[in-house]
Amino acid sequence: MLDSKIPSGKLDDKWVDYKGHCKLVNPANKRKMEIIIVGTGLAGASAAAAMGELGYKVKAFCFQDSPRRAHSIAAQGGINAAKNYQNDGDSVFRLFYDTIKGGDYRAREANVHRLAEVSANIIDQCVAQGVPFAREYGGLLSNRSFGGTQVQRTFYAAGQTGQQLLIGAYQALERQVALGNVTMHTRHEMLDVVKIDGKASGIIARNLITGELEKHFGHAVLICSGGYGNVYYLSTNAMGSNVTAAWKAHKQGAYFANPCFTQIHPTCIPVSGDHQSKLTLMSESLRNDGRIWVPKNLGETRKANEIPEEDRDYFLERRYPAFGNLVPRDVASRAAKERCDAGHGVGTSKQAVYLDYAAAIQRYGKIEVSKQGLSNVSADEITALGKEVVKEKYGNLFNMYAKITGENPYEVPMRIYPAVHYTMGGLWVDYELQTTVPGLYALGEANFSDHGANRLGASALMQGLADGYFVAPYTVGNNLADAIYNAAIPTTHPAFEEAAKKVADRIASLKNINGKKSVESFHKRLGKIIWNECGMSRSEAGLKKAIADVQALKKEFWSDVRIPGEINEYNPELDKANRVADFIELGELMCVDALNRNESCGGHFREEYQTPDGEALRDDENFMYVAAWENKGEHDWTLHKEELKYEVIKLSQRNYK
Amino acid sequence: MSHTTMNLKVKVWRQRNATAAGAFVTYDVAGISDEMSFLEMLDVLNERLITEGGEPIAFDHDCREGICGMCSLYINGKPHGPWQANTTCQLHMRAFKDGETIVIEPWRANSFPIVKDLTVDRSAFDRIIQAGGYISVNTGNAVDGNSLPIEKAKADDAFAAAMCIGCGACVAACKNSSAMLFLSAKVSHLALLPQGDSERKIRVLSMVAQMDKEGFGSCTNTGACEATCPKEISIANIARLNKEYLGASLTAE
Repeated sequence: MLDSKIPSGKLDDKWVDYKGHCKLVNPANKRKMEIIIVGTGLAGASAAAAMGELGYKVKAFCFQDSPRRAHSIAAQGGINAAKNYQNDGDSVFRLFYDTIKGGDYRAREANVHRLAEVSANIIDQCVAQGVPFAREYGGLLSNRSFGGTQVQRTFYAAGQTGQQLLIGAYQALERQVALGNVTMHTRHEMLDVVKIDGKASGIIARNLITGELEKHFGHAVLICSGGYGNVYYLSTNAMGSNVTAAWKAHKQGAYFANPCFTQIHPTCIPVSGDHQSKLTLMSESLRNDGRIWVPKNLGETRKANEIPEEDRDYFLERRYPAFGNLVPRDVASRAAKERCDAGHGVGTSKQAVYLDYAAAIQRYGKIEVSKQGLSNVSADEITALGKEVVKEKYGNLFNMYAKITGENPYEVPMRIYPAVHYTMGGLWVDYELQTTVPGLYALGEANFSDHGANRLGASALMQGLADGYFVAPYTVGNNLADAIYNAAIPTTHPAFEEAAKKVADRIASLKNINGKKSVESFHKRLGKIIWNECGMSRSEAGLKKAIADVQALKKEFWSDVRIPGEINEYNPELDKANRVADFIELGELMCVDALNRNESCGGHFREEYQTPDGEALRDDENFMYVAAWENKGEHDWTLHKEELKYEVIKLSQRNYK
Repeated sequence: MSHTTMNLKVKVWRQRNATAAGAFVTYDVAGISDEMSFLEMLDVLNERLITEGGEPIAFDHDCREGICGMCSLYINGKPHGPWQANTTCQLHMRAFKDGETIVIEPWRANSFPIVKDLTVDRSAFDRIIQAGGYISVNTGNAVDGNSLPIEKAKADDAFAAAMCIGCGACVAACKNSSAMLFLSAKVSHLALLPQGDSERKIRVLSMVAQMDKEGFGSCTNTGACEATCPKEISIANIARLNKEYLGASLTAE
């Protein structure tokens, strides 16, 4: 039986009570406790900084050349917080409610409420660190709106919010490095969790420069390695983003929860050809002002700007008048796919829709005219003024679009299409963010806990920093209080030796395959299988076929992959092979999970379960649970269910109409 | 839009490891679409090298959307290639012509030793940040975010400096391999904000000391750094750094 360890009491009081009663470790003892943190994005860097500040001995690991590179840096739009600075009716409860509803009622109430409670502290902390959030002329913080909400609660730094928050956390982390509280291991990859007496007691990490395997002891191990969107090969993730650390934890007994809950982001630059290595997101903030449409007529041949209003279908505004272009991501993505499948797509591939700024440019232009008190203004001047405003708000995104496509988005509508962006599933954790392996924790995107079946915009940054700065320091401490008598275990312990040998053997067998095909070619094929059958829409027949295809691909990978170079040197192909081998196994589990979930909810859309007008049809009676999978061996998983109890929120069909 | 494909030669620096001798190797790459990114062109070449039994070219890259700062490359004599305000990963092949030879080198600076081929070690930048590139505030110490209004113009200037992605192009572009633009961006970001005020003197002194210790060269104001910076960090930040440094040196206890 899964015990989520949710404290008793009223929802509003749970976290306050928990903090008031959790066990503490005194400062002298903290200095003796070693904590391993794998991954240094927002969750990992903030946890490393916060736990270093508390006086723990922290060892942090990342595969990049610096913690400042982690993919949190690419988050564009913003970070939510229930500050209600706009006086528009926001509150902790409303942020909590929006997040649960946005997640299509598949997230845990207590965790999400805690997230909403600490959201305001995050903004304060980041401002204190010098994060340069956007400000109004009065000097106060500026807000904007995001999908799935009707208030303005999103704080931002132009289109680079993730960068600024990560740099803030990175600087806090480097400060602890300078103070000697954190030891940073860059260009290292965790390749196994070491367990002693059933408890996580350290890791095996590979030094990616020398290829050497290192053994590190820790009283606790925190997995902060992000999501697994790269299983699709094409995604908005960085090239190096991978599931390996989380997957190794899973193979060591940590349950993997809701792996089929993946987020397809509606506004990405479309695929241009087979050479494509990654997809680029155009921030959701663009849906604040941009209008999404397709031509009404099938076989439309005119250019976008030549198509008159009456021949355009603003399909989100038509289908969802209450939220319009700001419906949640899963809803917007499916609606775009529906139009393209029906033959209304645009561009050479016909797999794209328009995101149009012409109306916003006119609107802003007119506002500027009245703001500046101008008279006798020509249409061209209004357009020019409007473009200036749009440039100030979204300039970096428009530039990025122009560089990639060679088109000018100030003049012609952008072409966008959905792409894999985020994974709501991840390692199962209890209220304390501890996995089913004692001493092993998962923070940020690496865990499953807060976003249910769909994440709302601007809440990934919030969750990463909430977990790292404000949750883990308490919950990890609560469990470490019992471990103060346990001295550090020397890494000469047989468990470390065995784990290191197992890792070395696997690397050697990968290298010795000496086949003909590149790692990349397998990754691309895996991505196609998962995208086609476990992407924006899924079906029983398709998923069964995908499982068989992935199993066959795994066999072929382990008999025909070619890894050039040597084991004991800098060898990016070997690093990639290690990761793709894990992605293949995860891909199978995603399909197993999607096949098990006979309902549609959030990002998981099963063709068999939809309302007459094509909306997701949940089955609360049979599927209101977290699916936590235990690994039993090759192609073998056991399902454990964590029933979701909604004590405060009333369930309803999500309605954005 | 109609698209073209091209055949190119790429002349690449190959070096097995930090201590081995390196050399240029020239490869033919055929059938490159003008829609590809520069790194996708290298992917195509690497895929061919692997299937032919050779060794792929090592180069750093990660986000491929111009923000992580991991990619580098000296392309035809210019860090991040020919486009203005651009990273290598955002450079697209329509910048090149059919039949062209493209020369690709790693960042050239003693403080950025080569790891392999086109990959270099930029950990010196992390150590400069460790020397003081932060505001000393522990988690939980913060007051309400709006309790300290900051003039919009100042906040915007701080943001413009904070946009630095730490790629190292400024160092690679500089004839003296100076890290002044990188350092000045961080000093400016923090000195412009009231939160950073109490540590501004000690910060600038220790960060400059660390930069010198890492062996970066001196600044002679040629402006190559600003011209090449993918985030267009202004050289005015170096002026501000000098002012901060001078002020701190004269008044330090």
